[in-house]
Amino acid sequence: MIRFEQVNFSYEDETQILHDVTLQIPNCSTLALLGASGSGKSTLFHVLLGLLKPQSGRVLVDDMDIVPLKERKLTEVRRRMGVVFQDGALFDSLTVGENVSFHMRECMDLSEEEMEARVQEGLDYVGLGHAMDMMPGELSGGMRRRVAVARAMAAFQPAIMLYDEPTSGLDPITADTICDLIRKVSTEECLTSIIITHRLKDAFKVADRVALFKDGRVYYEGTPESLMDSDDEYIQRFVA
Amino acid sequence: MLAAISHQARHTLFEIQYGVHLTLGSVWAVFTDFRRRDVVEQMDILGAGSFGIVALTGLFAGMAMGLQFTVELSVYGAKDYLGKMVTVSIIRELGPVLTALMVAGRVCSGMASELGVMKVGRQVDALKVMGINPVAKLVMPRMLAVLIMLPVLTVLADAVAVVGGYFAGAVVGKLSWSTYWAAVDQGLTVQNLVGGVVKPVVFAWIIGAVGCTSGLLSEGGTRGVGRATTQAVVKASILILISNFIVGFVVLKMLGWA
Repeated sequence: MIRFEQVNFSYEDETQILHDVTLQIPNCSTLALLGASGSGKSTLFHVLLGLLKPQSGRVLVDDMDIVPLKERKLTEVRRRMGVVFQDGALFDSLTVGENVSFHMRECMDLSEEEMEARVQEGLDYVGLGHAMDMMPGELSGGMRRRVAVARAMAAFQPAIMLYDEPTSGLDPITADTICDLIRKVSTEECLTSIIITHRLKDAFKVADRVALFKDGRVYYEGTPESLMDSDDEYIQRFVA
Repeated sequence: MLAAISHQARHTLFEIQYGVHLTLGSVWAVFTDFRRRDVVEQMDILGAGSFGIVALTGLFAGMAMGLQFTVELSVYGAKDYLGKMVTVSIIRELGPVLTALMVAGRVCSGMASELGVMKVGRQVDALKVMGINPVAKLVMPRMLAVLIMLPVLTVLADAVAVVGGYFAGAVVGKLSWSTYWAAVDQGLTVQNLVGGVVKPVVFAWIIGAVGCTSGLLSEGGTRGVGRATTQAVVKASILILISNFIVGFVVLKMLGWA
């Protein structure tokens, strides 16, 4: 369970980005964060990862408030999270296989054979078993995101998956493939997932609930279907 | 106008603070999270990759100095001292400075662009999320590699420059190798060598700190990375020239020569 309780965040220049954000994501469910650019979705994402510290409020991951945690404790919490950044954030100088095995190689005491088996398993899972020796530069946008999912899943079995605009810049068919993969990962592994997206279609496809952000506030929270049924003027404009 | 100056001053102070933070973090990482493979890899990239340009720079700097000194010393009938003049100038001043400037141009820009791309491409965040300390993984190996390799490269440049000085002296002044080498030997004093070794250590810290700081503070996409790369080389070069005077003065003071 992830809970945001009255989270406020502003940058050093005192521009307030998040205003009293309160959200709850139950275990094994998927929440889509929707909203216009600059509405605070990505900031909330960074707050959950502990990369930004809110000025007030609590961020609870399985009842543990991560806001006051020091880096070492935060690392333990982060190890329960798999993160897929925009465009994958793959290491360009490493092969696909090395990217997927990166964390295992750096932090775990596994033999080469064990690592290779886990990498192959991860890549097979996302349908890229043939891409082990390819470089990230040779991959399409959709393939990069799939490798990023494999990397997030391979190192440790995450309980939480976070996706930062996983379909941005992709054609509709590839975007659908990524959404299918997200849905598959969430349901088969019973993961708690948060996905930031601009595309309503993605939210419908993968999310149990949606939260619409406007000017750093949660403007609407509910099911994707109820969002569509809303007669609020701003929501109508957003979904149009 | 005042607001712009104030903003720039605050930004510069922040950069200095961040550079110190990275330096201390790297020292800490050497003892707590040492990554031998990364350090060796960086030593190869930063150090071995610079051998060629450093040797070339040293050779032609030494030859140019040999040429000019031979002409001037010949006027006073003192061309036998050419080896000492070249050695002292190269070891104390030109060797460390030219090597550092060449390495700054090649390595500092490389560090800034590589780390900058990783920063804007969210790869640094990805490291943090995986529980890997970016300072230990990215900064410490680069800083340590340049700290180890710059003094080695400087010694190489010094040696090649001294030999280059002989070529010029032999061609223009008809100087013999034994005469030249006897004068070189006089210039190879402990005091000169101390100054010649202390400077590269300071310059290496400047190159590492400026390169990593510029890269990790870059923002604004590829244009921001390009700007950070250019600024890194300019800042490192200026700081090398300023610190060259300061370190030179301090060393001479400590040796009782100033």
